[in-house]
Amino acid sequence: MKPSAFRYALPSTLRDAIDIRARFEDSVILAGGQSLIPTMNFRLANPEVVIDLRKLDELNYVRVADGVVRIGAMARQRVVEQNDEVAAANPLIRETLLNVAHPVIRNRGTVGGSLAHADPSAELPTLLTTMRGAITVCGPSGRRTIAAEDFFEFIFTTAMEPDELLVEAAIPALEPGEGWAFAEFARRHGDYSVAGVAVTLKLGADRRIDRVRLGACGIATTPALLTECERFLTGKSPSPELFAEAGTLARDAVTVSDDSATSKVYRQHVLAGLVARNLTTAMTRTDGA
Amino acid sequence: MSTRQFGARVQRNEDDRLIRGKGRYVDDIPLEGALHGVFARSNVAHAKITRLDVSRAAALPGVLKVYTHEDLGSLDMKMPLLIPHPCITHGRTQYPLARDEVFYVGQAIAFVVAVDRYVAEDAALLIDVEYETLPVEIDLRRAAEPGAPLVHADVPGNIAANLVQESGDVASAFAKADHITSITVHCERSTAAPMECLATAARWDEVSGELTVWDGTQAPIGLRGALASLFDLDEHAVRVIAPDVGGGFGPKIHFPYANEVLVPLAAREFGRPVKWIEDRSENFVHMTHERLQIHDIELAATRDGIVLGLRDRFLHDTGAFIPYGIAVAQVASCQIAGPYRIPNILVEFSCVYTPTVPVTPYRGCGRPQANFAIERAMDQLADELGLDRFEIRRRNFIQPEEFPYTRPNLIFADGLPVTHDSGEYEQALRALMDALDVDAFKADQQAALEQGRYLGLGLSFYVEGTGLGPYEGGHVRVHPITGKVFVNTGLTTQGQGHATVFAQIVSDQLGVAVEDVIVVEGDTGVYDWGVGTFASRAAVVSGSAVHKAAVLARKQLIDAAANMLEANPDDIELSDGRAFVAGSGVDGVTLAEIATASNPLRYAFNKAAERATQFAPAARSDGPPLAEGAHPGIEATDYYAPPHATWAYGVHGAIVEVDPMTYGIKIHRYVCVHDCGNMINPMIVEGQIAGGVAQGMGGAFYEKLEYDEDGALRNASFMDFLIPYATEIPHVEMIHQETPSPLNPLGIKGVGEAGTIPVAQVIASAIEDALRPLEIAPIRKVPLSPSLLHSYVTEAGLRK
Repeated sequence: MKPSAFRYALPSTLRDAIDIRARFEDSVILAGGQSLIPTMNFRLANPEVVIDLRKLDELNYVRVADGVVRIGAMARQRVVEQNDEVAAANPLIRETLLNVAHPVIRNRGTVGGSLAHADPSAELPTLLTTMRGAITVCGPSGRRTIAAEDFFEFIFTTAMEPDELLVEAAIPALEPGEGWAFAEFARRHGDYSVAGVAVTLKLGADRRIDRVRLGACGIATTPALLTECERFLTGKSPSPELFAEAGTLARDAVTVSDDSATSKVYRQHVLAGLVARNLTTAMTRTDGA
Repeated sequence: MSTRQFGARVQRNEDDRLIRGKGRYVDDIPLEGALHGVFARSNVAHAKITRLDVSRAAALPGVLKVYTHEDLGSLDMKMPLLIPHPCITHGRTQYPLARDEVFYVGQAIAFVVAVDRYVAEDAALLIDVEYETLPVEIDLRRAAEPGAPLVHADVPGNIAANLVQESGDVASAFAKADHITSITVHCERSTAAPMECLATAARWDEVSGELTVWDGTQAPIGLRGALASLFDLDEHAVRVIAPDVGGGFGPKIHFPYANEVLVPLAAREFGRPVKWIEDRSENFVHMTHERLQIHDIELAATRDGIVLGLRDRFLHDTGAFIPYGIAVAQVASCQIAGPYRIPNILVEFSCVYTPTVPVTPYRGCGRPQANFAIERAMDQLADELGLDRFEIRRRNFIQPEEFPYTRPNLIFADGLPVTHDSGEYEQALRALMDALDVDAFKADQQAALEQGRYLGLGLSFYVEGTGLGPYEGGHVRVHPITGKVFVNTGLTTQGQGHATVFAQIVSDQLGVAVEDVIVVEGDTGVYDWGVGTFASRAAVVSGSAVHKAAVLARKQLIDAAANMLEANPDDIELSDGRAFVAGSGVDGVTLAEIATASNPLRYAFNKAAERATQFAPAARSDGPPLAEGAHPGIEATDYYAPPHATWAYGVHGAIVEVDPMTYGIKIHRYVCVHDCGNMINPMIVEGQIAGGVAQGMGGAFYEKLEYDEDGALRNASFMDFLIPYATEIPHVEMIHQETPSPLNPLGIKGVGEAGTIPVAQVIASAIEDALRPLEIAPIRKVPLSPSLLHSYVTEAGLRK
């Protein structure tokens, strides 16, 4: 479990990092290393060049302004999790991060690394997608911002060009009175889950559901938006029966097939339960609930 | 110091060093200029090797040599079958490196020696191998059926060994019975997953010609014997050291692994130290496995639930080879009747070859499987007869007055009939019932069900034959300069706390502080009589030997002190590192002074030594300085050989809740009542049990090595093969019972494996109890994943 030989680059500016990336086709980006390093040690990846972004202070920030939480790609997950300003603006972010692996992994793992890795079982891509967040990337021809829904294309596959780096994730703040919940079920604490569900819920003045966001991880080849459930719920009066029905409706979103430890029907069962349970939790956190 | 240390919760002597990261494991041994080895391993299960070309690998800069079997000379031989038994009709062991055929994924084909690990791994990938694959059958049941593809062409039916043992008259018992229960249970293949994988380093001393091997083994003396034999050396020319070892759990008792042969060989050839440190990927396909057994068990009972007879026929998966003999299967077969009287037992097993990693004992060694079989069967018998699960067990227990209770003709791993030496089984069961408040639980269970919650109670009663012979030795010596006591055994320690418990035993005899007793083990250069660390035997066998040696040393101290103090030996007391006349109020002499005075000296190398030199007044004597038959210093060695195994036991119970949304299991309470005889250190006993329970939880919920139908191991990493984290282990409530063993001077029984044994049954019976309202089929398999439970419930729903 030793990696094959590689060249190591430690740029100190984003510009340099992009230049190096452009020069070496067979290069990889090292952010927090929580997925890349094991992959290299298993020799599943044998890159010629490893570009380590740890000196890029310009990507290491967390800002809350104008109703948006902006997270630099190199911000450590643990730092974001512990940022009270972030939690105040959008408590779903902290709740989601608490489900990402273990503290020691979050100490090293970066937000940008997790998003760029695009593992559909991971929590952060689902958070971004559910929140209709946006991801900014930067390449030789400049910056562009991609809606999270368009960013994740397939397992480990994103809309980034090979010469682009992920630089920022933007997540809208919750509105006053908006409820939230993230929960997942894993066989062991901190593992990738059988399924995980993110929810936000806002009631209108008539106590009907004004806006609901619902997304899930672990069930498809990308982070899944449960748009049918969202449509179904919008405009209705919340009730346990309604939430259970939404859960049932969510089952069709599971597209991954059986694996040796988890059958598809079981995953659907867990997803349905989580959707109902998380809607209930989010409901209790809405204004005046 | 007059407080007895035996039985006290003494802090561990080894913890300060280990917790501060100052442990020294094989990879930490500083060996200047060491070369690094890496094995190339088969990635097919069963095949003829049609081409093996290492030239590209050997040509890589930094590579010194790539060994194949052709380079091994006289070492190109089958490795020993360590525990021969007459029933092994087709014993097969492997060569250090595969010759023309491979038998499992992971078998070593070549050994690369290079300047560092990176280069060695690069080179291993450059080895060109071509195979002609052969058909395989991975499924244990099918592998034992006629017509199955053979693992070894000359082993018909893939049967390595078959043993039938009958105690009593089973046919008549079954003929007389009112009721017969029969079930089939299945435990999956697992791995011990020690934190430190296997590791070997070796150095040949050019001057002395001696070979030193540092190895993460549980059996340095045995390994030394094997290496001396293989390399044709005098035993004194081979020193095997097991330094700190990061967990053993059984697989490290097996030897010699290929690394234990190749690393010394390469060190000799290159005149440089060589080390090989197994990585986790390799450990999954190299270090031996255990656990896969399928039992077909039947109980013949009266309508009152008295079990008259037991028939068990089981298949034991031994992997591609059987280097450790029938140990696992034999141990399983001997605990199949558990704590129950059952006077008529027929147990038959077949050890079946499958094209997989070889199998040797892993903590529990067949007992978890046997416990799962008998206890699942007892639950079913209770169900079928309409009896309470606790009551049916109570009715069948061996009673206190029936000990020693022998099962004639059921021969245990020590070659002797199973003889339970002592116990209070019913008392243990009652303690569990009280702790769990079984009646109150039934009401809670009903109330919870009305809210749609599923609570269940499970239990399992186990027995464990521990403390196997043949023998161990203990050596005790008082250091003349410091007065500290030096203790040695032939064992190794992988975290069990030997440096504390043996020190406690010695402390009580010699009146020294526990921290002033220095225990050194695992080094054949220091002490080399003994067997090894396995079978929950260290405390029983070595503890007793150390005790006997300490008793001898105590007598020497007292006699010498009496002489020095001109007192009657009966009046001498040993305490606080001194000997003095009891009640005299005088300081007396220190152990260092006694030890010094007991060693007639010529040279006064320190102040204390002056008193022992020839012309000192105290040393003057008429006869020779050492009387005939006397020896210098305070030093004693003694041995303990148990008459037979001593039987520990216990009963675990749990209250669990199944979440119908996730099928996750929450363990509300986990209670363990156990009896390992007199406890040397309850804190260490509790640690052993908690660790065992954690590994048992692994077996109950997670651990299954998944071979695909071609024989590839699909989950050979900690991403895919799950073991419980600390977060998955519930608090274990412990209730100690101490029924001394009559077999050894300290009255102790082993506890190392105990915690592991009953857990799968506890969980299975608790979940079955919880989901009874949903009418799920009885649970007959572990591990139990949430997805599997979901399928049971779904199937039950479909049946309705």
